[in-house]
Amino acid sequence: MIVADKKPIEEIIESVKEFKKILILGCNECVTVCEAGGKKEVGILASALRMFFLNQGKDVKIDEQTLERQCDHEYLEEIRDVVDQYEAILSLACGVGVQFTAEKYHSTPILPGVNTCFLGATEQRGLWTERCQACGSCILAFTGGICPVSRCAKRLLNGPCGGSSKGKCEISKDVDCAWQLIIDRLKALGKLDEYEKVQPIKNWSTDRAGGPRRVVREDVAL
Amino acid sequence: MNVKTPSKLEKIFAAGHVAVTSECGPPRGSDPDSIVKKAELIKNHVDAINVTDNQTSVVRMSSLAACIRIKLMGLEPILQMVTRDRNRIALQSDILGAASFDIHNILCLSGDHQSFGDNKQGQNVHDLDSMQLVQTVRYMRDEGKFLGGEEIKRPPRMFVGAAANPFADPFEIRVPRLAKKVTCGAEFIQTQCIYNLDRFEEWMKRIRDRGLHEKVYIMAGMTPMKSVGMARYMKNRVPGMDVPDDVVKRLEGTPKEKQAEEGIKICVEAMERLKSCKGVAGFHIMAIEWEEKVPEIVEKAGLFPRPAVD
Repeated sequence: MIVADKKPIEEIIESVKEFKKILILGCNECVTVCEAGGKKEVGILASALRMFFLNQGKDVKIDEQTLERQCDHEYLEEIRDVVDQYEAILSLACGVGVQFTAEKYHSTPILPGVNTCFLGATEQRGLWTERCQACGSCILAFTGGICPVSRCAKRLLNGPCGGSSKGKCEISKDVDCAWQLIIDRLKALGKLDEYEKVQPIKNWSTDRAGGPRRVVREDVAL
Repeated sequence: MNVKTPSKLEKIFAAGHVAVTSECGPPRGSDPDSIVKKAELIKNHVDAINVTDNQTSVVRMSSLAACIRIKLMGLEPILQMVTRDRNRIALQSDILGAASFDIHNILCLSGDHQSFGDNKQGQNVHDLDSMQLVQTVRYMRDEGKFLGGEEIKRPPRMFVGAAANPFADPFEIRVPRLAKKVTCGAEFIQTQCIYNLDRFEEWMKRIRDRGLHEKVYIMAGMTPMKSVGMARYMKNRVPGMDVPDDVVKRLEGTPKEKQAEEGIKICVEAMERLKSCKGVAGFHIMAIEWEEKVPEIVEKAGLFPRPAVD
């Protein structure tokens, strides 16, 4: 899923303080799972903002709504009838949702309420970690199912580097060395010999480097 | 003598000599004298001089510019190049730039993570990794082509090196990793600083078991300790560094004013021991901001005078 984290309340206040009518718009997908932008977080943020404006002696209308998804036209249509009632929408969706909402409601300011962080998984309650950088050309078949592009701080394809120590990365004792994980996994699979196959220079044109990307599927297009 | 490049370092190895290299870190400024002075201190006692490339991710004068200074002194630089800061366009371009000054040695590295340095918020590139950089230089040299396939007019003629850390984890992959670098085309290896001699010798044994010492020249990395504080720092703070307790204890048991001398003694003793370790083809002395001690270390280790080669 796409993992997001809450923005500091001070930053959010700074971005919405001039508005009198605000809709906080949550998303029921990834940001709900990572507890940054679902219905619950919309409610908490709405309460915090109401309290802030009350203390400031300002009369600001703050409404709450959470859509099934903000990255789909269909669900974004649900607010079409009410969007004009607001001076701004504070979206707690990921960056995709914020942009898709902005594209659809061209004359309404759409502000981000979360920082979109990475593609990852819930490792345990309250801990999300990165697993994928969407490089567009998956090599997991060669690396024991563990991704060095997203999990090695130097995205080494033929690692580990000399900074791997006791299973941890040189940047932090909290970060696993991806290549230690790869080696352990190759060993468990009885495929340690495969480590010595040199991974060729990667074609990064399917990555961010190639410019904004698109997937075109004529077989499913309407 | 069977050599592939005009590199003096390659000739030293090919003639069967124990090679000696050391390194100069470029300055945190544009003063050309600093690198020249450092090179002057060591020039008679080494065969070639590594020039570090923004080591520990701290911004310094460019490795290539400092290499040119050293080359213009009539000395033999080894251009260190990390894949952290440049993509494949810049790497190939700088290789050509170095080749235009007849810099004949390159050491291919991935580089420390930028979070160690003075620009922690910067991007890192890692378009290639260190092995792929080795492949790239060899391809440019041997095929005379750019990665894009076009022909290079006057290709680089560089002796290609890589680093190895026998002490990083996982240990069982350390020899296969070296084998991989050899497959990619590495011709010489400079190792991480060696303090744990037993572990290094075990690594060398595994290297010999696979015959890798006959395919690549391995230079043992040596860094003299200046003080017990440095030993503790290296032991506890530097990732992938293996400093045994007895080294720390030996310096602890030495009066403060004699610790530097003792550190040099430890270094020279290690070199004496490793001279008889089969497969060790040379020494790379990394006397960090202590270049003036390199001549003494080389002399005490019985590696002076340096041989002359054509």
